[in-house]
Amino acid sequence: MFAERLSFRNLPALLMMAFVLLLLAGCGYNTIPTAEENAKAAWSEVLNQYQRRADLIPNLVETVKGYASHEKDTLEAVVQARAKATQITVTPDTLKDPETFKKFQDAQAGLTGALSRLIAVSENYPDLKANQNFLALQAQLEGTENRIAVARRDYIQAVRDYNLTLKTFPSVLWATFWFRGNEPFANFTVEEDKLQVPKVDFGTKQGG
Amino acid sequence: MLIPPSVLPDISPSRGEIGCAFDGAPLAAMEIGEGQDDVQSSPKRGRCPAGQRGARRNAYLNFLGFLLCLLLPLAALAADLPALTGRVVDNAGIIDAGTKAALTQKLADFEKKGSDQIVVATVPSLGGEEIEPYANRLFRFWKLGQAKENNGVLLLVAPNDRRMRIEVGYGLEGTLTDLHTKLIIENDMVPAFRAGDFSGGITKAVDDMIMVLEGNPEELEARGKRNEQAPFNSDNLFFAVFISIWVLIFFGSMALTILPPIFGRKIGPGRYRWLGMTFEPGRRSSGGGGGWSSGGGGWSSGGGGGGFSGGGGSSGGGGSSGSW
Repeated sequence: MFAERLSFRNLPALLMMAFVLLLLAGCGYNTIPTAEENAKAAWSEVLNQYQRRADLIPNLVETVKGYASHEKDTLEAVVQARAKATQITVTPDTLKDPETFKKFQDAQAGLTGALSRLIAVSENYPDLKANQNFLALQAQLEGTENRIAVARRDYIQAVRDYNLTLKTFPSVLWATFWFRGNEPFANFTVEEDKLQVPKVDFGTKQGG
Repeated sequence: MLIPPSVLPDISPSRGEIGCAFDGAPLAAMEIGEGQDDVQSSPKRGRCPAGQRGARRNAYLNFLGFLLCLLLPLAALAADLPALTGRVVDNAGIIDAGTKAALTQKLADFEKKGSDQIVVATVPSLGGEEIEPYANRLFRFWKLGQAKENNGVLLLVAPNDRRMRIEVGYGLEGTLTDLHTKLIIENDMVPAFRAGDFSGGITKAVDDMIMVLEGNPEELEARGKRNEQAPFNSDNLFFAVFISIWVLIFFGSMALTILPPIFGRKIGPGRYRWLGMTFEPGRRSSGGGGGWSSGGGGWSSGGGGGGFSGGGGSSGGGGSSGSW
């Protein structure tokens, strides 16, 4: 009888505990998987846009070739950079691997560089610049580059969110007790060509 | 000048909608982290009794700083971008009043037709930022286009930077392609802007954008139908009344026990006077439900805008930019 009364007294406490547990689950448990899926989705968008750029290139190269055939080196560089960039793929499962990621980033940066050189070179050919097809390709290329930039920004943000959930309280509890296999994703760093200060050469050759 | 849409090479990316609306929440999270660090690294916490006062003040200051950190990103975000005051947000003051009214009317009519939201914005300066990220941020801040369609378009002009951009939402990228926007910028806006005719250039650009978007009438109509505001009928009214009666029955009594102690005047032990009535919430149960008071005052946002606000759409950087 005493025990029965005791258990009745404890009932509110037990209910409270169950409620708190539910609350905990509601608050924390989904945080990490949600952030992870967001980051993966953002990565798919990055890949999507890079793929779109790669798809534009053959057309672009063909068009430029018709007008500026003796810019062989530049064209060749673009084709090679594209081949290199399309070889390396980073699936959402390999996002944890910083080295593959770095390779991917370098390859894409190489393609960006080669493409911008091609566009710069084509400025020298008025006929090419007047070509409707080239104009269209250029508009699409610009748009794609911008989409890549947006997708990368979104990915950076999503990965930061995800990595934060793995490291910050309270979700770090979930990370240590439940999601042990989850590792931080690799993120973009600012590309080196963007870090370089534009060189102004007055012909004095001072400094370097 | 504009080439008819069918002739143009068309890139229509089939894309999944990814929820990419980041509202600075991670920023806030970062700041929280830093703030907590501050509090913990407060030098002489609880060590020497003599310095306790100072320590307490320190902690207090830290707490204030922590609060400030919380508010800062919000403030920065709000101060940075202009408010969506209508379909034509002319913060640079380059569109004359008549044109502005005509454009607003035209854009409102167009939204009625296919639910596409086109907004014209001018800002005096981009504050040193490139126009592409700025336009994308602004687009996402304003959430142009319907949430499920992402069918917004932002025409942004920054006269001091001599830059303009047409930013197209995810859902319209296939219709209003990068090339369309490029041609609209180069053929409509650049010549007019060079001549100093901002109103004319913008009007022409808007007309052409509408023309391109109307180029596929079936799709436009379908989009409009999908996003039609449900007309108010008697079924809805019945349903609303039904629901509200039930809500009243279920939550009314709860509210009557909770609200008087909060808002009312105490006239005795467990007796409160509120809205001209006397309540005795303590009688029936010693309700420990004081925690339900939060949640008020959350309705203030989204007020301004003159009846116009973004529908929740997003953009992934489609469109193109130009300069004059």
